[in-house]
Amino acid sequence: MMGAVSDREGRVSEQATPGRWISLISPIAPAIVTIILMAHMPDISAGKEFSFGVTWVAALGISLRFYIDGLSFLFALLISGIGVFVAIYAAAYMRGDPDLRRFYGYLYLFMVGMLGLVLAGDLITLFVFWEITTISSYLLISYNNTSAIARRSALQALLITTLGGLCLLVGLLLLASVAGSFDLLQILAAGKTVRANPLYLPILILILIGAFCKSAQLPFHFWLPNAMAAPTPVSAYLHSATMVKAGIYLLARMHPVLAHTEYWEWILTCTGAATAAVAALAALRQTDLKLALAYTTLIALGTLTMFLGSDASAAVAAAITFLIVHSFYKAALFMVVGIIDKQTGTRSLNKLGGLGHSMHITVIAASAAALSMGGFPPFLGFIGKELKYEGALAVASEPALVATVAVFVNAVTVTVSGMVAIKPFWKKKPQHLPSVQEAPIGLWISPLILSGLGLTFGLAPDLIGGGLVEPALSVILGIPETIKLKLWHGINIPLLMSILTFVLGVIMYLGLRHMRAWLAWDFRHAPTNADEIWDKCLDLLKAFAALQTRILQNGIMRRYLTVIFTTVSLVLAYALIRGGQFPLEYAWPRLNLKEWAALLLTVGGAYMAGSARKPLIAICALGALGVGVALIYLFLGAPDVAITQLLVETLYLVLVAAILPRLPVFNPGRKVIFRPRDATLGAILGLLVTFSLLAVLQTPLDSPTTEFFEKTSVPEAHGRNIVNVILVDFRALDTFGEIIVVFTAAVAAVTLLGHQLRRGKQ
Amino acid sequence: MEGPLALVVGILIATGVYLMLARNLLHYLFGLILISNAANLAIFVAGRVTRAAPPLIPQGMEVAPEPIANPLPQALILTAIVIGFGLLAFALALITQAYKVLGTLDVDTMRIAEPVPPKREQSS
Repeated sequence: MMGAVSDREGRVSEQATPGRWISLISPIAPAIVTIILMAHMPDISAGKEFSFGVTWVAALGISLRFYIDGLSFLFALLISGIGVFVAIYAAAYMRGDPDLRRFYGYLYLFMVGMLGLVLAGDLITLFVFWEITTISSYLLISYNNTSAIARRSALQALLITTLGGLCLLVGLLLLASVAGSFDLLQILAAGKTVRANPLYLPILILILIGAFCKSAQLPFHFWLPNAMAAPTPVSAYLHSATMVKAGIYLLARMHPVLAHTEYWEWILTCTGAATAAVAALAALRQTDLKLALAYTTLIALGTLTMFLGSDASAAVAAAITFLIVHSFYKAALFMVVGIIDKQTGTRSLNKLGGLGHSMHITVIAASAAALSMGGFPPFLGFIGKELKYEGALAVASEPALVATVAVFVNAVTVTVSGMVAIKPFWKKKPQHLPSVQEAPIGLWISPLILSGLGLTFGLAPDLIGGGLVEPALSVILGIPETIKLKLWHGINIPLLMSILTFVLGVIMYLGLRHMRAWLAWDFRHAPTNADEIWDKCLDLLKAFAALQTRILQNGIMRRYLTVIFTTVSLVLAYALIRGGQFPLEYAWPRLNLKEWAALLLTVGGAYMAGSARKPLIAICALGALGVGVALIYLFLGAPDVAITQLLVETLYLVLVAAILPRLPVFNPGRKVIFRPRDATLGAILGLLVTFSLLAVLQTPLDSPTTEFFEKTSVPEAHGRNIVNVILVDFRALDTFGEIIVVFTAAVAAVTLLGHQLRRGKQ
Repeated sequence: MEGPLALVVGILIATGVYLMLARNLLHYLFGLILISNAANLAIFVAGRVTRAAPPLIPQGMEVAPEPIANPLPQALILTAIVIGFGLLAFALALITQAYKVLGTLDVDTMRIAEPVPPKREQSS
């Protein structure tokens, strides 16, 4: 099925001028995937698993492996199924866009990434697809790349999800090292080993950061509302039904391995509850319909995280059911908001009203989806909500907290449902709003079907109960579970909580204006919001980079050299102190006259070169130094080296003498300025080198190589000058390399000088 | 004999560093020459030095009579000297060309590759 997608991609990009046909056939690929998956539904509900793959990096035990069980099946079906409707909707919504090819390229890239992610059977495969969704999401959010807001939001989403991705990678690598394999099946089987390992906590935290960044949990939540800068079909797909669910998928996938500990339970429950509560407060304040929906997505993600924190069967079942419910109604509602935006040119609640009189079909879709979102019977949302309350009461650690948060956020969801489905359609029509036409069929068909599915599954919950919820539930809990989804549970505590929710929600809806005023007052006194903190962090980072560049990359070569020499000094000093062999005592040997002469010539040459006022004198001094060094070689049994040194020295002098007349004298008309700071640094480094050499000399010489050369020089290489034999025989390749280096330098030098000569002629 | 040579190496390094930190590129070049000489000597010393015979094997013998100088550092230094020459010749050509193009040998004013940051320009 991956092949099908990329084939289509290839054909699309071959087309020189993209036509509307791209968008017309775009639903085909996800439809094929959906049909293939649906065909396997009986196998999956029977508990079957599929695994297939190829070896990728054999040496590291990494393979490109895919694995389908109840959980990945559920996610894959949601991604491809909702993908079909999004593609149909996008075809109408993006009509007339000049850059359709780019849009569909990104959208398909994202779809492939998402499917690969949920079907991955190998940790590295999973991570690669995880990052593909990050990148394609960045491209999709910044699709309107002329808008600065879109670019900023995209970058923010990219940075945050990549930060999470990096943490996730480290966490997955640690997990693989503890479990001993990258293979998902083996990892799922190694849950006990992993939890008993001391690395469990780092693994857990790193993986959770990855999941929380992707699924926009507190404190990484702020990128999600900003991501609404994307075109509406993208928001409907990525930021409600799929991408943000990637983190939820990861939590569910890792549940058998990492859950069943207090850390997991508390971190997930508290983070999820906090995210849902904060998002609920923020949702009430919004007047932009799309933003209000975005915050309810945050509520949903927080709720899902909260329930996945538990290992109670009822809580996990609630999470899975709610996941399905949410995907249907949220995608539908985003599409409805897109329709309103398209037909009226605004998404602001204050400017909308009276649309219900002309947009008859849209209002049906909107109402059905909103009723499901609000959790009214007989919609699927009602079943989801009853399950949530049942699950909340079953949570072992803090049922009161979970239940309170669940009731509160659901009440807010009821309110937002009213905001989206009642206000724009039935409020009195504002005078400036022009008369509005019903949208074309391409726009309303998708939300209508999606919200209709919410009703169908609500009336016949067995359609998804056995085929989707049960297999996923069994996978997460690790044991075969059965669950019966039904509308009427009798009069019990969840039902009473539901009634409380409706009452609260309706009260909040009626008092929305007062709520807003109160919340606005409240938030004005809050220290600052996460978005501003983010901006400040980015500014700080940039300022730090600029500062660091100014200090380290200051463009002054002498400072670079100072840094290098200081570093070398510090390392040498550290090595000497660490080695503990600071050679303080040394018996000065008796030197004969010629040795004294050679040493003095060298040192004297160095001194003269360092203090010379004119280049010519410095060069003469360097010549003297070269001769001194050559003499040292000569007196100490290295005649070959001495000869070479003399030759090279002569050549060099000739070269310098030839070029010197073209260069200026050092300091015309002035004395040489002594620089104490540089001299101190030089003296320190020189002393350290001397001491290091003495320390080296204290250790015994280990010379198997030398002995080998001495022994085999005549018998094997037939040479009597051992140095020469080493150069031209034992290490001939090195010498060859050396010749190439010298040749390259010569060519480069001649090129430079030749360039100069040509310039001179002109 | 190693001790005095180690001292000489230190002096060459000290002078070389001092010269390389100067503003004039020619000074820098001379410092480079000093440091390459110091490096060669350091290799020589580290392989132990002796006043004994050079590493030659007389006619009619399979193995040299002990003691002879250590041949391995000598081979390394030979390579290093020649490579060093290549480096210095190239550096000289580069300096000449730089002077022709920029009209100066003052390294502090050679800022084409890394210009002064705009902030500083405003303040100065």
